[in-house]
Amino acid sequence: MSASSQRPGAEAVAAKGWLAAHKWLILRRASQLGILLLFLVGPWFGWWIVKGNLNSSYTLDFLPLTDPYLLLQALMSGQTPERLGLIGVTIVVLFYLLVGGRTYCSWVCPVNLVTDFAAWLRSRLGLKGSAHISRQTRYWILAMTLLVSAATGTIAWEMVNPVSMLHRGLIFGMGFAWAVILVVFLFDLFVMRHGWCGHLCPVGAFYSLIGKFGLLRVKLPARAACNDCMDCFAVCPEQQVIRPALKGIDGAPPVILEANCTNCGRCIDVCSKDVFRFGTRFGAAESTAVAKVSPVPK
Amino acid sequence: MERDTKPKGSARRQFLADTARMVCGVGLLGLGLGLYARHATALPPAAIRPPGALPEKEFSAACIRCGMCVRDCPYDILHLAKPEEPMSTGTPYFVARQAPCEMCEDIPCVKACPTGALDHRLTDITKARMGLAVLIDHETCLNFLGLRCDICYRVCPVIDKAITLEPMANTRTGKHAMFIPTVHSEACTGCGKCEKACPTEIAAIKVLPIYIAKGHLSAHYRLGWVEKEKAGGSLVAPDLEHQYNLPEGMRYDYGGKGLQAEPGAPAAAPAAPGGEGGAVPPAPTFKAMQGDKL
Repeated sequence: MSASSQRPGAEAVAAKGWLAAHKWLILRRASQLGILLLFLVGPWFGWWIVKGNLNSSYTLDFLPLTDPYLLLQALMSGQTPERLGLIGVTIVVLFYLLVGGRTYCSWVCPVNLVTDFAAWLRSRLGLKGSAHISRQTRYWILAMTLLVSAATGTIAWEMVNPVSMLHRGLIFGMGFAWAVILVVFLFDLFVMRHGWCGHLCPVGAFYSLIGKFGLLRVKLPARAACNDCMDCFAVCPEQQVIRPALKGIDGAPPVILEANCTNCGRCIDVCSKDVFRFGTRFGAAESTAVAKVSPVPK
Repeated sequence: MERDTKPKGSARRQFLADTARMVCGVGLLGLGLGLYARHATALPPAAIRPPGALPEKEFSAACIRCGMCVRDCPYDILHLAKPEEPMSTGTPYFVARQAPCEMCEDIPCVKACPTGALDHRLTDITKARMGLAVLIDHETCLNFLGLRCDICYRVCPVIDKAITLEPMANTRTGKHAMFIPTVHSEACTGCGKCEKACPTEIAAIKVLPIYIAKGHLSAHYRLGWVEKEKAGGSLVAPDLEHQYNLPEGMRYDYGGKGLQAEPGAPAAAPAAPGGEGGAVPPAPTFKAMQGDKL
């Protein structure tokens, strides 16, 4: 509880140094901006490395990638894709089965930059209070978009999807998409903490379903070393995923198996005790001290 | 046991209430989204889809708004619809008056499409039906005003098939011809070159979506002359040669001379001047009246 007056991560910076305490954050921003840049150097400088956008793209006239959620909506509305789209969707699904579905959210999605900024500002401004909606809402919205796609014969969510609006806007011309993004930002800042990405976005919800079986996971080999500073909870955009693995609730192994962990790795950064690290979902070998921790007294 | 049921019941009630709240909230959102999605599938007439685009309803379901067609268009004519534009956000279109389709033979935009929203079976660009050119304003078309502008006809990539010039009498001058640009839907690809090139301030010829531009005969209509040709002869009573009741000793020349005196007939009147013989009265009266006036 040492960090209640300090900003989360201060302890880790003191213990590990600034760079080590921001390693995954920096890598993640580099990934998000780098991917965006790959799409942008085409229209900016005429270097066509990647064509298209996050909905569907073609890299170096070799690698097709297609968003499976979009394609599912198209299927629901009665359309079947061409070969390139099918290959693209297969590659994407296999990739996210490996790295965990919601890795898309924190390492690729451009809206994450917006909502992370909102969350950061919210904590800097000390804005307390947040509307309460169940985190399950996104799955209801996901189901709804598929139903509406089938009922109207359109790719329903694409009409309003801030993710593709922002990405397409940056690459092909923004128009009024900025207003949609501003609404998402203000919603996260003033109305609900981690509101968009953590409660509503059906794109993330869809990727979390793929990620249920994701191989890459955050593990807690040293969970016994946890000193309950709560910094990981403070930075985690999906706080509910940490507790079972950290506290060994109902004998949970020391690995975060919750589908909604976005593998952002911020918990690894801010932990001064190095409880977390990346690993696979398998072989969650209990480190020596776990047995002492797991029977948490209520 | 009695005590146990109470919290259980209230938990069930809570669960049902939560579920109902979720279903209603998300359902409301879905209703709005559905209505919006239906509205957004209407295409404004000035926006033309790339070649091979499925009919609008299916197109907005199949297109995943990736913009690869935009990238592979060598002439950069395609745009992706922005959220504020009155069509499905992120779908590709071009505006013929700004930049028409150049009708590439290899159709790269269609090849780039990963979903078949642009139909990959389209391999001959002249079979594309992006829209249909319509000479929509007869009042400002220069050819309709009697000039030989002909620009739309000249720039048409399917010249003499998609647009022909049809001669027509200029009734204003009474002695000239007008050459009317006439679009034929069986050959027009809707590329929009004619609209782009039309020299009037606002184009008199425009490419419109086919559903706006094209009429359709009722299913029971038959074209008599087509049926006759198919059957090899008249389908009803045998054709009668049309009979004219002409003054005695006269005949009618269909070549333009009009009423003519039968050669070798007695009491022949001189041919009426100007060949406008249809209304020629008996010759003597005619002559007398002329004499009076002069």
